[in-house]
Amino acid sequence: MKTRSLMSREYRTVSYVSGPLLFVERPVGASYGETARIKLPDGETRNGQILDISKDMAVVQVYEGTSGIDNSVTSVRFTGEPPRIDVSLDMLGRIFNGVGKPRDGRPDIIPEDTVDIAGMPINPYARDKPSDFIQTGVSAIDALNTLVRGQKLPIFSGSGLPANKLAAQIARQSKVIGEGEQFAVVFAAMGITYKEASFFMGDFERTGALERVVFFLNLADDPTIERVATPRCALSVAEFLAYTHNLHVLVILTDMTNYCEALREISTAREEVPGRRGYPGYMYTDLASIYERAGRIKGKTGSITQIPILTMPDDDITHPVPDLTGYITEGQIVLSRDLFRRGADPPIDALPCLSRLMNLGIGPGKTREDHRNVADQLYASYAYGRDLRRLVAIVGEEALTDLDRKYLTFADHFERRFISQGDENRSIEDTLTIGWELLSSLPEDELKRIKIEFIKRYHPSYQAGSE
Amino acid sequence: MIHGHISRISGPVVIAEGMRGSKMYDVVKVGDEELPGEIIRLDREEAVIQVYEDTTGLSIGEPVENTGQPLSVDLGPGLISSIYDGVQRPLPLLVEQSGSFISRGLAVPGIDLSRRWEFLATAKKGDRVSGGSVIGEVKEFHIRHTILVPPGVSGTITAIESGAYSLTEPVCTLDGNIPIIMLQKWPVRKGRPYRKKLDPTIPLITGQRIFDSLFPLTKGGTAMIPGGFGTGKTVAEQTLAKWADAQIIVYIGCGERGNEMTDVLSEFPELVDPRTGLPLIERTILIANTSNMPVAAREASIYTGITIAEYYRDMGYDVALMADSTSRWGEALREVSGRLEEMPGEEGYPAYLATRLAAFYERAGRVTCLGPDDRTGSVTIVGAVSPPGGDFSEPITQNTLRIAGTFWALDTSLAYRRHFPSVNWIKSYSLYLDSLRSWYLDNVGSDWKDLRDRMMYLLQKEVELQEIVQLVGPDALPDSEKAILEVTQMIREDFLQQSAYSDTDSFCPLDKQYWMLKAIQAYDTAITDAIERGVSLKQIGSVPLKAEIARMKELSAVEDIRALSEKIPQQIGALVVEV
Repeated sequence: MKTRSLMSREYRTVSYVSGPLLFVERPVGASYGETARIKLPDGETRNGQILDISKDMAVVQVYEGTSGIDNSVTSVRFTGEPPRIDVSLDMLGRIFNGVGKPRDGRPDIIPEDTVDIAGMPINPYARDKPSDFIQTGVSAIDALNTLVRGQKLPIFSGSGLPANKLAAQIARQSKVIGEGEQFAVVFAAMGITYKEASFFMGDFERTGALERVVFFLNLADDPTIERVATPRCALSVAEFLAYTHNLHVLVILTDMTNYCEALREISTAREEVPGRRGYPGYMYTDLASIYERAGRIKGKTGSITQIPILTMPDDDITHPVPDLTGYITEGQIVLSRDLFRRGADPPIDALPCLSRLMNLGIGPGKTREDHRNVADQLYASYAYGRDLRRLVAIVGEEALTDLDRKYLTFADHFERRFISQGDENRSIEDTLTIGWELLSSLPEDELKRIKIEFIKRYHPSYQAGSE
Repeated sequence: MIHGHISRISGPVVIAEGMRGSKMYDVVKVGDEELPGEIIRLDREEAVIQVYEDTTGLSIGEPVENTGQPLSVDLGPGLISSIYDGVQRPLPLLVEQSGSFISRGLAVPGIDLSRRWEFLATAKKGDRVSGGSVIGEVKEFHIRHTILVPPGVSGTITAIESGAYSLTEPVCTLDGNIPIIMLQKWPVRKGRPYRKKLDPTIPLITGQRIFDSLFPLTKGGTAMIPGGFGTGKTVAEQTLAKWADAQIIVYIGCGERGNEMTDVLSEFPELVDPRTGLPLIERTILIANTSNMPVAAREASIYTGITIAEYYRDMGYDVALMADSTSRWGEALREVSGRLEEMPGEEGYPAYLATRLAAFYERAGRVTCLGPDDRTGSVTIVGAVSPPGGDFSEPITQNTLRIAGTFWALDTSLAYRRHFPSVNWIKSYSLYLDSLRSWYLDNVGSDWKDLRDRMMYLLQKEVELQEIVQLVGPDALPDSEKAILEVTQMIREDFLQQSAYSDTDSFCPLDKQYWMLKAIQAYDTAITDAIERGVSLKQIGSVPLKAEIARMKELSAVEDIRALSEKIPQQIGALVVEV
């Protein structure tokens, strides 16, 4: 950052206020992206940021909202710096608002450093390949959509589906086998209710993890625009903890749909050309600037793993928010209303789920040699079983062959025993064993996805023979 | 030199005043930090500039300097195995300068100018040369990197000598004292010249069964891979980068994930090219402008890549360019267009989207290169497309469809059931089938076309039969139709599915593909015949052939598959005799 004159001028030239935006005339010397301090007629101070600037006009986005701002007395002062946040190791165990001010009634932190919340892109050449298997204890994730350290794996939820419960379970149970390393959780809430936030706090408290968690809370009744800064503040802290203090940081961002709505609000106020469903055309780039802050860096021990949670409006996976997220993140865990109604816990719909980094985290030395094959086979058989269900609805079960009926039963058992597990914390071995048990209900010839040597080694019928 | 100053900043777009005399697409240095940018619109005094770096912190009134040069890339020995950002800055050098995170205003040369290369002169004093003539070569890994006279230069050689030179030292002098150096600069938005475009008649062999056998691509052709997220676009692009039989690969990660580039970077030095036995990285050039890197540089990355590809084409090489993903490039266009407040076309994309896409894809082709010898080289483009919501009716997919020769449609429902590559065989097509027919007949098998046609017929028939099954159940079909479903299941699972992660199966040579098809055809013919003669499908099921066919992929010896295909008619035939 270049040095600037310390003199900062106050402008009383607010001409136009619309939605979250404020237009300041003749902003001489101000720069793009810098922070503004807005002084209201009643003496209150708010923060904002320049979104667009020309000789005649600066457009300022006000984080805390524009209510109470007028266009005669209100004054604006530009600080000459982009939005920054103070960071420190002492932030662990503390609760902050959406822009990083304490909201737990305790004093301000003593900063070790102050960083730009927008962060800087990681040089792809400096990235280290994610390769450590994280055991979440959830079969549908561990076996089928393995999470690895440094990955960004979102949970696509629907309104009313227990995404929070799953996220809390992952945060609670996650471990890298054979390691007892330092970890931390950074939790960023955007527009969720107090009840949801307190669920997480309660869960962390119960497991004694609260002291390892940094909370950023922008609740449903907090200013909408603040939400645009919340994930960036959270990730700046995460980066500091990971790359300065060498912690393995799990970042939970919830709910990204609310974040995108805030983005849309600003875009609309700026009268930009809208993209799909009114979301701005640059939403992909904007989301990428958040999600791409996950990863590992060569020469550093810490890492950032992200689990963003988002609500698919009307359970529609093609809605722009899940769609663009899916294009950026390394896979997705999708929850299904249908499974939820039928009592599956967690109601993970395995078919649309994916983990792109799975192959980096599994196999001999990491999980087990047959892992890939078993996962492929479970997927293929379950998908076929699901197809048959649709067929049965039309032609009845009698019209099926014996083999098809076996597949139908397999699909039922797969959902009931493999996917649904409640609060159980399963090791990867247990998960694969259940997988093999389920597969053994199908004829051996049907297990085309599994190498013969693995069938001989792990298939329950061979195990029984050897005993 | 034209000097102006900033009058407006909006994201990656900056407007500068006092720029009279500037040309479109001139490169400018913006602000005190001299951020690189490009002029994309002129309006009297004002120039609209897209800036290749983050503009945060720029102020009104900061200086803007026009370099008078268009955006260019450095071409010469030393490109191979490099990894660049969108405007050809080597990422390893950026790490040296600014650490793990990319900061702004860094200027580094595209290729190492100080490194000395052993130049071997092949032309001699007194030779008349013109643009494209070969004057010598250097060894770049195993690649014979020929040194060409730049386009537009000609004369008689007055001095030329083998030896070690840096890229900026003259290796040859023409009359009139024109020095020729190994470094060439070329503007990225302008295609490099060639003598003549040729018809694409040679396939680009990819080792992927669904591509090579059903929907082939040619050297110098264009292909598009559209698909929703999770359908395997990136895996398909990377698989092609690994196994396609091109001598040079340019891989552009355009607005995609950082970890994917890391994957390529760590994997390619270890993987071996099945044809040369050398590490894959020694034929690869990577361009990485990930989704969180500046948007305008993403727009430029595609052009940087294709210019480098054309440079190697001019030496007579077959170059394959993978662009993942062209949708992100289109979105960069849209973002900049939006900031310019241009009248939006469909879905907010600028009206010139189709023109730009076509201009890019048309830079592909098999050509007779510039120069006196009849070298032929080719650039093949494979562009991934990421349609929002997996909906192929969106502008980028539709506009690309009009120009791409091969359409590999990825299908979400196939991906959900882990059928990979998830290429939909009903929707996909290749326009090159006719021009490639004679090559396949000569090099693969005289019955190749019949084999392919039969497979496509059966797959099409399956769709019709499945509709009936959905209404009345599979038991209602006669054995002859059930047999078709059995064969198509075999085609789908045992032929079309191919694991990119399997050691034996990720690359499938053409003769193996041919014999696998022959085996399936043998099964198809044998059981159709047997059923006609009164054998039931159940009896056929008692012969353990299906399991053997299913394991065919894992066999590495073509002879074994051939033996299998010969065994099939005998074993099924035995049933007929029994009846």
